[in-house]
Amino acid sequence: MDHITFLVAVVIVTALAFDFTNGFHDTANAMATSIATGALKPRTAVLVSGVLNIVGAFLSTEVAKTISGGIVDDTLVTPAMIFAGLVGAILWNLLTWLAGLPSSSSHALFGGLVGAVWVGAGSDGVHFDKVVEKVLIPAVVSPVVAGVAALIATYLAYRLTERARKESVTKGFRIGQIASASLVSLAHGTNDAQKTMGVITLTLISAGALGHEAGPPLWVIGSAGLAIGLGTYLGGWRIIRTMGKGLTEIQSPQGFAAETASTTVILTSAHLGFALSTTQVASGSILGAGLGRRLAEVRWGVAGRMVAAWLITLPAAALVGGLAASVVKHGGNAGTAVIALVAVALATVIVLASRRNPVHANNVNDHHEVTIRTTAPTDVDTAA
Amino acid sequence: MHLDWTALGQVTAVSIGVTVAVVAVFALGVLGLARVEGSREHPGAGRALGITQAGLCFLACVAVVAYGLYLIVPQFH
Repeated sequence: MDHITFLVAVVIVTALAFDFTNGFHDTANAMATSIATGALKPRTAVLVSGVLNIVGAFLSTEVAKTISGGIVDDTLVTPAMIFAGLVGAILWNLLTWLAGLPSSSSHALFGGLVGAVWVGAGSDGVHFDKVVEKVLIPAVVSPVVAGVAALIATYLAYRLTERARKESVTKGFRIGQIASASLVSLAHGTNDAQKTMGVITLTLISAGALGHEAGPPLWVIGSAGLAIGLGTYLGGWRIIRTMGKGLTEIQSPQGFAAETASTTVILTSAHLGFALSTTQVASGSILGAGLGRRLAEVRWGVAGRMVAAWLITLPAAALVGGLAASVVKHGGNAGTAVIALVAVALATVIVLASRRNPVHANNVNDHHEVTIRTTAPTDVDTAA
Repeated sequence: MHLDWTALGQVTAVSIGVTVAVVAVFALGVLGLARVEGSREHPGAGRALGITQAGLCFLACVAVVAYGLYLIVPQFH
């Protein structure tokens, strides 16, 4: 382990921290609608999702061969830039979690890297055409496709079952939701845990601790899987509330339709080589499912705020990543330590701020709003 | 910049097609199930038909899920 310098060790810890935020930020993608419809109890849902994330991490052998999928010049990337990029991604993930906004963890990671590389290696290091092709176009197309699919499917599901006994229909779709939500979780585990493994593996390769073309060592697979699984199990309840209750009131046929749409969009795109955000696909599906039942059901204010968060995720994470990169570039190890401390301090502040109006397994379905202020009349704090 | 509109179109068509098909078939299965449960209250109202319908539809959904798992797990390829 001679090659593991201070910086490399910091990058690995930061990458795992990002993986953890990725997990709890994205629990909602698979489980929000199942929790909202009562198909799964909140604690059961996050446990199932966490376990499937870990399983997914071990299942997939196709580890990311590049850190960014080509949006930055990987030959110019140093561990210091990866560190700065990860800090940007983590802080943005925490901030959007505090606001209960489902934004894309992948976009946060890409944004952080773009900012860090831009500052660290100049604008030549960033492939802006790739940013458009690999990030922006799928970001616009995938939620729309998922939304249209969920809309038609929901409409059809209600039309087909409108004369049947309501209890039987609700029960049937609830059971179906368990399967559909599990598939989303598994697909998520194979995709997102891979990103962190790729980042750690490439850092180790660049530091000379691993040979070129080396796959990730078992401890990297294990720790990345565990980090995302634990994060998922902790549950991003604030985002789960927004996605399950905030966007629209979800019933079990809609939940089933939304999860089916998410799964098919994620799988078909991955099969054809499109990178996309699980979060945006899942949000699009939920909106579509809301529209499919009755056109006025969707809370457009919440949807608008969510889309705004999508738009600023990349630049905002890039800004933080760039800032961190400039400190690390000029400050060396001391600069890295300073950034790490500042990041931990900011993360603590955000977590403390969330405590003022906590959302957890016991109150996640009580209300449809996530507020940061303490005035939440329907908030029933039984066990914090 | 190169945009593969064909692939994009494929993703769109396949995603919408598969989603709608799966949900519709599942809804028919649920309908069969509802008929079975309804026949408990009104005996003789197509119980066997309900069971057959539900069984076939859910079997089709299981097949799609199995194919989904096959796509997710690279070891199968």
